[in-house]
Amino acid sequence: MIWNKEAECMAFEERESLQLERLKTVVKKTYENVPYYKKRFDELKVKPEDIKTLKDISKLPFTAKADLREGYPFGMFAVPFHEIVEIHTSSGTTGKPVVAGYTLKDIQVWGEVMARALTMVGATKDDIIQNGYGYGMFTGGIGVHYGAQRIGATVVPISAGNTKRQLEIMLDFGSTILTCTPSYALHLAEVAVEQGITSKDIKLKAGCFGAEVWTEKMRDAIESKFNLVALNIYGLTELIGPGVAQECEDKSGLHISEDHFYPEIVSTDTLEPLPEGEKGELVLTSLTRDGMPMIRFRTRDITFLKRGVCKCGRTLVKIERITGRSDDMLKIRGVLIFPSQIEKALLEIKGIEPHYQIIVTRPHHLDELEVQVETSKEIFSDEIRHIETMKKKIESHIEKSIGLRVKATLVEPKTLPRSEGKAKRVFDKREL
Amino acid sequence: MKIKQISVFLENKKGRLLEATEALAKAGINIRALSIADTSEFGILRLIVPEPERAKEVLETSNFSVRETEVIAVGVPDRPGGLASILSILNNAEINVEYVYAFVQKSGEKAVVVLKIEDPAAGIKALSERGIILLSSLDVLKL
Repeated sequence: MIWNKEAECMAFEERESLQLERLKTVVKKTYENVPYYKKRFDELKVKPEDIKTLKDISKLPFTAKADLREGYPFGMFAVPFHEIVEIHTSSGTTGKPVVAGYTLKDIQVWGEVMARALTMVGATKDDIIQNGYGYGMFTGGIGVHYGAQRIGATVVPISAGNTKRQLEIMLDFGSTILTCTPSYALHLAEVAVEQGITSKDIKLKAGCFGAEVWTEKMRDAIESKFNLVALNIYGLTELIGPGVAQECEDKSGLHISEDHFYPEIVSTDTLEPLPEGEKGELVLTSLTRDGMPMIRFRTRDITFLKRGVCKCGRTLVKIERITGRSDDMLKIRGVLIFPSQIEKALLEIKGIEPHYQIIVTRPHHLDELEVQVETSKEIFSDEIRHIETMKKKIESHIEKSIGLRVKATLVEPKTLPRSEGKAKRVFDKREL
Repeated sequence: MKIKQISVFLENKKGRLLEATEALAKAGINIRALSIADTSEFGILRLIVPEPERAKEVLETSNFSVRETEVIAVGVPDRPGGLASILSILNNAEINVEYVYAFVQKSGEKAVVVLKIEDPAAGIKALSERGIILLSSLDVLKL
């Protein structure tokens, strides 16, 4: 099912001219209405009129998350304040949050792109969407909500947390689609098994999971435990919230609603645009946002672009599943690695549950990487030498995959924290 | 005669042994024999209890990793050379012993030794042939 065939299956040339026209408009509006952008444009001696082709976008300044904090709270808004109808914030680990303002039209665009995303997952007006993303300042809950209502599906705004109630509602209401973070989906599945709930008791057919980095192995685990199709959603508050990109049933990447969000991939070192297919940082420009337009926002997410007509019929460009963020890239003994690489290696070992923690310390001026793994029935043995062998197997498998020696520690089942939102898996305790 | 032993994975963390034994206490399960194998990071608690299946369930409900293993129990004379006589039989039969633990009942009577061996069937045969009495679960629980 395709929500907006005209936009999602548009011919390439036609879409490019639409993007160019929209880019020119947003650049002009931004330059004229946001003092921060005027200053940055002037510093680079670039004028809105310099945008003649889509490629000219590389003349424009980047926007980093820190730049947005400078304008806290409302400095990035491009419309008179009375036109702003809703505000969200994006959590930050340091300092003030980023504030995002939406006009009524922005909210409608959000509903549109989320309707596309949920339709891609399989939602129709007959579906019951159990929305386990947090409601509130976080964009996850409300973004899904707008999309579900646009489709005419029944949305259950249960929000994040309260696992017992989630399962009760899932059974009693017969929810058909689940939306939440993948780590929480996995937690729900585990608790369901504990309570003796089988996939026959629940009616879920699909899940729309995102807001954190996850892997194919995690997808397999969720799909087999819940017997549903688990698809990946991508978005960020700075651009709109969830709905920037969504994976279709082909599971070969996430379609960006590029008539609204223009993607580029740049080198993490030089920030120069990279050719299609090369891995780098995703940079997004909002093409239709009125309340708070974003020019070349550095997402920090690492991926690459895939163009072409998808098996699902859409012509929207795809991004590969996000494998890491340039800012949670860990530099261990000089080697750059992503936590997702460790996860991938870990889950390739039979019997390992997808619950782990990565702890980085520097005890004697040398980085040490510890991976804590929960024991499961499969890996626990009555004999110490078997457990030691398992530990060594984990250590050598990870070392082979990432090229770094790690220390594996087995911990008791269900002792690593389960998250109801984004899972925190990396603890960098080095004082750098 | 094989008997069932349950093994529990314990992290080297304060209070874990207490929690495991409390879970059993609450369920009214009496421990007949136990041993702990430990490394710097974790330990394995090995237990002989009546109703091992129920003990396993109780511990799993309290989020412990639990396994059932088969071991043998042998009554050995409580005097110098008692254990050695048993081990030499297994040694001659080329059966590896993975671990052993013992509990003495009353001084002067027979001590009970629990052995985890590589090939339980062959071990039982070798010991029985030499007239060593193997204890059944029932015997162990009666002690």
